[in-house]
Amino acid sequence: MTLPLILFFVFGGLAVIGALMMIFLREPIHSALALILVMVALAALYLLLGAEFIAAVQIIVYAGAVMVLFVFVIMLLNAGEEERTNISKLAHYVGWPLGIFLTVELVYWISRTAIGARTSAPAIATGDPTRDLSMLLFKSYLFPFEITSILILIALIGALVLAKRNS
Amino acid sequence: MNEIPISYFLVLSAILFGLGVLAFVFKRNIITVFMAIELMLNAVNLAFVAFDRARGGAHDGWVFVFFVIVVAAAEAAVGLAIAITVVHNRQSLNIERVNLLKF
Repeated sequence: MTLPLILFFVFGGLAVIGALMMIFLREPIHSALALILVMVALAALYLLLGAEFIAAVQIIVYAGAVMVLFVFVIMLLNAGEEERTNISKLAHYVGWPLGIFLTVELVYWISRTAIGARTSAPAIATGDPTRDLSMLLFKSYLFPFEITSILILIALIGALVLAKRNS
Repeated sequence: MNEIPISYFLVLSAILFGLGVLAFVFKRNIITVFMAIELMLNAVNLAFVAFDRARGGAHDGWVFVFFVIVVAAAEAAVGLAIAITVVHNRQSLNIERVNLLKF
């Protein structure tokens, strides 16, 4: 086992454990902390894939901003332990097998594809990856980038309108 | 130096996505259901970065990851505003209480 492989298994295992904890813990705040664990582990995996800038954005935007928003709303609404309601029989007897079947089938087909056999070794060393990324973002993808700013504006206005108490 | 097969990352991504689906179906709290959506988006991001690495060359995959992160942030803001509205109207975070359109 080489060092990258060991790191992959450590952080991949952390991500899966965090996701399982998110499902099985009943307090929403514990679920949120488990999700932060998943996101930090994923950032480490991005570093392993050579995407330094994406790893930084993952930590800052996801583990930072988005999860702070979640924790803030959990605290604001004083969300306690999740109520145990009797879920429908259909969900109970069909849901679990179907969810597990989906995962197993995805894993099976991915392990058979040709692209999966490639390794994460760099193909061509092309200068500075972050520079390439910004070139792409502000040249080829300039129009989607600008549209995204309008999307954020709409989300901002929508959140304000929804959260306002209509008296 | 770095010889992990891409399929390892894709399998991890599939497992995380499956767990996200299970959490989405089985959690009973509106906020945790949103967290399950975030988990699925994160799994897809991992697949994007892994495919980008397998392709080599230009980093188009990273740009898509950016757009996914931005849309996820916008979606979380709107979704949590909806959760606050639901709590004001229903006095409960339980998703079973939101059944006006259910027959």
